[in-house]
Amino acid sequence: MFELLGIPPQALFGQLLLGLINGAFYAMLSLGLAVIFGLLNVINFAHGAQYMMGAFGAWMLLNYLGIPFWGALVLSPIIVAIIGMVIERVLLRRLYSLDHLYGLLLTFGLALIIEGLFRRQYGSSGLPYNNPLPGGTNLGFMFLPNYRAFVVVASLVVCLVTWFVIERTKLGSYLRAATERPDLVQAFGIDVPRMITLTYGFGVGLAALAGVLAAPAYQVSPTMGSNLIIVVFAVVVIGGMGSIMGAIVTGFGLGVVEGLTKVFYPEASSTVIFVIMAIVLMVKPAGLFGTAK
Amino acid sequence: MSSSSSSTLPAAAAPASSSVMTVLGILAVAVLLVAPFGVYPVFLMKVMCFALFACAFNLMLGYTGLLSFGHAMFFGGSAYICAHTVKVLGFTPELGILSGVLFAAVLGFVTGLLAIRRQGIYFAMVTLALAQMFFFFCLQAPFTGGEDGLQSVPRRPLFGFIDISQDIHLYYMVLAIFLFGFLVIYRTIHSPFGQVLKAIRENEPRAISLGYRANQYKLLAFVLSAALAGLAGSTKVMVFQLASLTDVAWQMSGEVVLMTLVGGMGTILGPVVGAAVIVTMQNYLAGLGEWVLVIQGVIFVAAVSLFRRGIVGEIIAIVKYYGTKKAG
Repeated sequence: MFELLGIPPQALFGQLLLGLINGAFYAMLSLGLAVIFGLLNVINFAHGAQYMMGAFGAWMLLNYLGIPFWGALVLSPIIVAIIGMVIERVLLRRLYSLDHLYGLLLTFGLALIIEGLFRRQYGSSGLPYNNPLPGGTNLGFMFLPNYRAFVVVASLVVCLVTWFVIERTKLGSYLRAATERPDLVQAFGIDVPRMITLTYGFGVGLAALAGVLAAPAYQVSPTMGSNLIIVVFAVVVIGGMGSIMGAIVTGFGLGVVEGLTKVFYPEASSTVIFVIMAIVLMVKPAGLFGTAK
Repeated sequence: MSSSSSSTLPAAAAPASSSVMTVLGILAVAVLLVAPFGVYPVFLMKVMCFALFACAFNLMLGYTGLLSFGHAMFFGGSAYICAHTVKVLGFTPELGILSGVLFAAVLGFVTGLLAIRRQGIYFAMVTLALAQMFFFFCLQAPFTGGEDGLQSVPRRPLFGFIDISQDIHLYYMVLAIFLFGFLVIYRTIHSPFGQVLKAIRENEPRAISLGYRANQYKLLAFVLSAALAGLAGSTKVMVFQLASLTDVAWQMSGEVVLMTLVGGMGTILGPVVGAAVIVTMQNYLAGLGEWVLVIQGVIFVAAVSLFRRGIVGEIIAIVKYYGTKKAG
């Protein structure tokens, strides 16, 4: 077999694939954050906790109700999205007229509550979730596990469909208009408060979907969300929240960069995204796809 | 704060008549001087360390309007440096604390340079991410002791001759440090510099148009806040003889936000009250394990939804309300 820079290709492509999977989760989460922030002006700190709820939802559906992965892939995000919409109606709605920071603080509190409850119930160590697509294909230069390929393709499809709906359909044009001028859109007879609730539900559902996809790839653990969300924040700072496609590209790109760092300089793999964030802040403070405000 | 169009943080309340404040201040110091004879000194020292930490944090959030979600890196980073210099290099406590504070100030300068390039919500995310990067650095760096942290840091004599191995002696050192830090913050807020910070908080473009270099003011405030948070962290090392990953984790940044929010951001005494409330709560609830996280979350949600001004802020509002009623 050939070698690249002294790294066996299996290791290189294996980490690249893992990086793509991580990137898929970054992309889906930052996409949800961007959509929510656009309309609600709230940075959803509970996003990581909702991602974790999605994964636990899949685990619970399987272990308590016997619903397999494919059912959970649809059901769990819907359930978590409904919980999210209730939270929006009851708590978040009262904060829109205030400083953005209060939304951040409230959702931070929610994240603590959710994580604390799950840790109390299930402990901090992870729970296993069986791989629904065992086996894989030998591509010659690497072994491609079926499930990992599925995660990358599925999340790419979800991201692109989201982009298409927001940028190319009538529904998306309402959403973009409401992001710019909610008062005018309301005046045209569109129920903006309901749209806000649904948008929050959609963003949360996207996070939960990422969580379901993550369940077989990693373990299901109460701390999986809080570790991820801080990296996603850095991704959002790097990409800027102005552009849907920007969030997708940045998410996948940074996942790949992180995967490559794991191959060439493993010590830096946990910090590389933060370092990139620092560099981007120095060179282009508004973010790669952001516009200066 | 009205729920209408206002989009700023609660403004600092006007100080009550200064003579009343002076009397109350002297009374408070007198109480603190005799307190260790009635209350467990280690508990009081913990409260003072966190009160100083929260006051330093409040300098950013309450008076400059910037929410830093990464203050644990200054608190914990300084703690590591202090513990390392005292334990391994054999520094005396005051030199150890000084090194910790210096380190926090330098770290504050570097991270501040990056963070003030973004505002509002991004500022919070940038500081959180930088603090997480620092957390991973501490996790991997050899001198921090990894998961164990730096334990049993010796309490050498202060300045070489004042014995602080007894808790009661140490208490007065911590009290002196706390009062020093508190006075520095008090003076900062009531100086022309502090007035400019408030102006930037209220309306940054206008402050800039008046000729103030907002970014330099913000950076200086950030460095000052980081240094004082570092002072709190180093002092904490002397109290518990321990520096660990808990001090640099994001949960610690969250805790100091909670203390300031509960006590009342933008008030001088708010963070002190908030720290006392939260530390007391943690002490009593220590046996409940994960419930502490849930309860902290509930307090966050309740504070944001129901009493955004915090305990001290609400008291000031009530006093003001009755004051204007009487006057009218």
